[in-house]
Amino acid sequence: MSPKILMNDKEVRQSILKIKQSIIKEKKDLKNLVFIGILTRGVYIAERLINEIKNEKKINIPLGVIDITFYRDDIDSIAKQPLAKETKINFDLTDKEVILVDDVLFTGRSIRAALDEIMDFGRPKRVQLAVLIDRGHRELPIQADYVGKSIITDYKDKVKVKLKEVDNIDSVVLIKE
Amino acid sequence: MQLKNKDLLGLEYLTKDEIELILDTAVPFKKLFTRSIKKVPTLRGKTTVLLFYEPSTRTRISFELAAKRLSADTINIATQTSSVIKGESLIDTGKTLEAMKSDFVVIRHSMSGAAHLLAKTISASVINAGDGTHEHPTQGLLDIFTIKEKKRKIKGLKIVLVGDILHSRVARSNIWGLTKLGAEVVVTGPSTLVPKSFEKMGAKVCYKLDEALKDADVINILRIQLERQQEHLFPSLREYSLLYGMDKEKLRLAKEDVLILHPGPMNRGIEITSNVADGSHSVINEQVTNGVAVRMAVLYLLAGTHSVVR
Repeated sequence: MSPKILMNDKEVRQSILKIKQSIIKEKKDLKNLVFIGILTRGVYIAERLINEIKNEKKINIPLGVIDITFYRDDIDSIAKQPLAKETKINFDLTDKEVILVDDVLFTGRSIRAALDEIMDFGRPKRVQLAVLIDRGHRELPIQADYVGKSIITDYKDKVKVKLKEVDNIDSVVLIKE
Repeated sequence: MQLKNKDLLGLEYLTKDEIELILDTAVPFKKLFTRSIKKVPTLRGKTTVLLFYEPSTRTRISFELAAKRLSADTINIATQTSSVIKGESLIDTGKTLEAMKSDFVVIRHSMSGAAHLLAKTISASVINAGDGTHEHPTQGLLDIFTIKEKKRKIKGLKIVLVGDILHSRVARSNIWGLTKLGAEVVVTGPSTLVPKSFEKMGAKVCYKLDEALKDADVINILRIQLERQQEHLFPSLREYSLLYGMDKEKLRLAKEDVLILHPGPMNRGIEITSNVADGSHSVINEQVTNGVAVRMAVLYLLAGTHSVVR
């Protein structure tokens, strides 16, 4: 079946602005805030959020990058070991308000892995989750605090987020099995 | 991209792409060492057996640390205190370890081919940590990793191996790996220790040290195995040291930014002088650090072959 467009570039932008608004509304103090993006596309979404907040509030928020490969729980079931990239968190997480950012929230297993890795770096005051799209089918008790858009999908569907930084286009598509 | 075989027996049996995959995978593992928690849960619940029939400190500790930083459990079998001394065969020891559901067996043995034999016998991943005079693949990989990290490439480099090439499994693994990645490998030393037959592996054999060292990008100095002296393969340690021992003087023959490698343990004053071993060209300590990262990459990638094989 042909892919169905769930979000075009305008909607992607609006979703990011919506997430930014809720973050600013909720956080009285942005000074303690840090973002951690999950490689690859979570990092670009985190970067955009940081830029949007900077435009409005004139404040620089640190960005960490996380690669969850070594924390995955499916090493036994995947034939091909994913090639890991580098986790870079160049600031102390102690007592920080962390917003973890990913593109798609699905089973929740990537987020579990990311949380474990974050805890190995320090003890943040709080960790929240921001995602561009929530497609349901959680396998763990994990939920997002900030969601760009929620959609209903079949478990077998694929949801693909494309971002200008790597894909030359902003869009979210649904591919039916 | 993944490794084809469940075992790592030698660099002879890996493709260029597989070698590069291991090197690339070692990079993020090395980054872990700068964290305060240097351990990741990747191989939680896996068991690594370290089966050493020959003495070893750095290789064994390096593998043990690699496994532990991946959260795998490790078991050390020192053969002097095990059933081996009662005459248990390698195959029977292997089958026992298999029955205990080991996932990885790291083996060092004085017989060339011991790791192959074990690999054929058991379904666990066998990693050769040195078999006789055959291969020591993870040492070869960590040497290549160290060179690549410093020189940013392997292709086109002139890499000289000095010393007892004949008995060196490190030399063989270096030659297989480096030539596959496009380096020019020159072997040099006394003619009794550097047989012409190494040309068949793709290395250049050169008996004149100054010619060998000219324009060298890397010099990998092999340990003179002191016990070999009784075989009368060279007249005396003193003569060896005068002719082939690496000192500041001989270093000048190579390129200005030459790297000095040594797999350890060093015989200071014989194959290398202290001021070279501790000098600015030396990357000997970094080899040790990189060894852990490379071995983590090997364990991690071999774990990926289990789901296919089993």
